[in-house]
Amino acid sequence: MTQAEPLVDIRGLNKYFGHNHVLRDIDFSVARGEVVCVIGPSGSGKSTLLRCVNMLETPQSGTVRVNGRELTDPDCDIDAARRQIGMVFQQFNLFPHHNALDNCTLALTTVLKNKREVAERIARENLERVGLADKLDAYPARLSGGQQQRVAIARALSMDPALMLFDEPTSALDPELVGEVLSVMRRLAAEGMTMIVVTHEIAFAREVADRVVFMDGGGIVEQGPPATLLSAPRAARTRDFLKRVLVPVAD
Amino acid sequence: MTTRQSGEAPRRTSPRIRARRIRAVQYALLVAVVVAAGLSADWAQIGRSFFDPGLIRYTVMHGLWLALWNTLVYTAGGFVLGLVAGTLLAMMRLSDVGPYRWLATVYIEFFRGLPALVVFMAFSLLPLAFPGLAMPLPPYGTVWAALGIVGSAYMAETIRAGIQAVPRGQIEAARSLGMSASQAMWRITLPQAFRIMIPPLTNELIMLIKDSSLVFIVGLSAANFDLTKFGRAAANSNVNITPLVVAGLGYLIITLPLSIIVRRMEAAASRGR
Ligand SMILES: Nc1ncnc2c1ncn2[C@@H]1O[C@H](COP(=O)(O)OP(=O)(O)OP(=O)(O)O)[C@@H](O)[C@H]1O
Ligand SMILES: [Mg+2]
Repeated sequence: MTQAEPLVDIRGLNKYFGHNHVLRDIDFSVARGEVVCVIGPSGSGKSTLLRCVNMLETPQSGTVRVNGRELTDPDCDIDAARRQIGMVFQQFNLFPHHNALDNCTLALTTVLKNKREVAERIARENLERVGLADKLDAYPARLSGGQQQRVAIARALSMDPALMLFDEPTSALDPELVGEVLSVMRRLAAEGMTMIVVTHEIAFAREVADRVVFMDGGGIVEQGPPATLLSAPRAARTRDFLKRVLVPVAD
Repeated sequence: MTTRQSGEAPRRTSPRIRARRIRAVQYALLVAVVVAAGLSADWAQIGRSFFDPGLIRYTVMHGLWLALWNTLVYTAGGFVLGLVAGTLLAMMRLSDVGPYRWLATVYIEFFRGLPALVVFMAFSLLPLAFPGLAMPLPPYGTVWAALGIVGSAYMAETIRAGIQAVPRGQIEAARSLGMSASQAMWRITLPQAFRIMIPPLTNELIMLIKDSSLVFIVGLSAANFDLTKFGRAAANSNVNITPLVVAGLGYLIITLPLSIIVRRMEAAASRGR
């Protein structure tokens, strides 16, 4: 493909919480079909950057373009822009008063105005895709953490997004449930979905990412292919961080 | 567990035995009071004044059900008005617009602090300030407005707390799917908030039922008497308390089932979490 224009293009992004300068002049872009993993210490601004991509946080300056739309433009229809951007949260955030199927159909019927049977077909397909064809009627409270997160992924996929954002999707899970979520994400990446994944799962980043971005202190310190960045980081801060997160895995 | 050992030196009485003794003394006192009251009271006189069978029958046959119905209508109208105004006030309290928040806060604090009786009195005197003012559907307009104002102040706080109890992540998930702010409010936040609000709202409904007894301030014709006014009028004209007792039981017919429902829901909620 000769797709010159990146799917996500962020220029000169600055975000403050009060006096706390959380994102400092970020330039960041993601090509179509690319899988980018964002790593970095706690408080470095990873979540904030991700939440600026779909405007859950409003930056003070800079531009955010996704799929040809400038979301930072005051005239941008933000609801329409968000339909193309799926988001998966650390805490799942499923709607507890709806079963798995209706968690997926709700936006299809209310936002996209799909007919009920069309919405159900789409929702069913996506729940099948994450391996939950037998849990259509289950309410979130009756599902394990791993199953809830897979419903959340299916819910986002049901909107047929051009881009998927993941904010530490496995951090709230018991260790034995992490694998099932990661394998769904792995498959999604293989199918060519464009993904930005904030994660502490270095092994996942190494295996699945096309590019790894290391953030610290509100800026992008270093980025590159996982083999390079994770094995031979240039910046001292990256080396320190990787040493700290990789040590417990090594033993 | 302490095992009892024979031949040990006598110990001080255990806390459990002491507690049992104290309870025995309390029960003995209670029985003594009841017996003393029972012996000193003139039971025949009490029976005639409170539970005159003929008067019970007369009260039930002549107007009790109409009065019960009127109480229900007064309360229902006040509750619906209060719910609508309360929702609006709750939205104002949560608004980004400062003046909305301040207005709502002043209103809520003002009317929560006032006795309902004062509100009713003020309402019945409104025509003094606005000559020619006529509330619609007399006497319902005045009663509903007064009860609605009193109820809305309480309900606004309940509704606000319910909305705020829904986690932020719910709204973020809804918005990230492309729902507008109002779609997220109606489809995601309010359905969850409402579940949280049902028990306290039912309590406020019970309170409103009792406050509806203040309608006598407004001045009613006999056909519009509520339970209290009806009971009092009948008690006065018969020089007997029985009609008031019957009217009181009329309130319990409404409020007791509601109390039981609330208790059930609260138990279910605490089990479900
Ligand atoms: N809603 C908020 N209000 C105020 N400060 C915030 C808010 N959200 C984040 N911050 C601050 O912004 C900074 C970056 O937070 P962010 O959540 O983006 O970090 P992170 O890299 O995702 O960290 P973690 O790995 O712990 O999730 C932190 O100092 C945090 O305290
Ligand atoms: Mg984070």
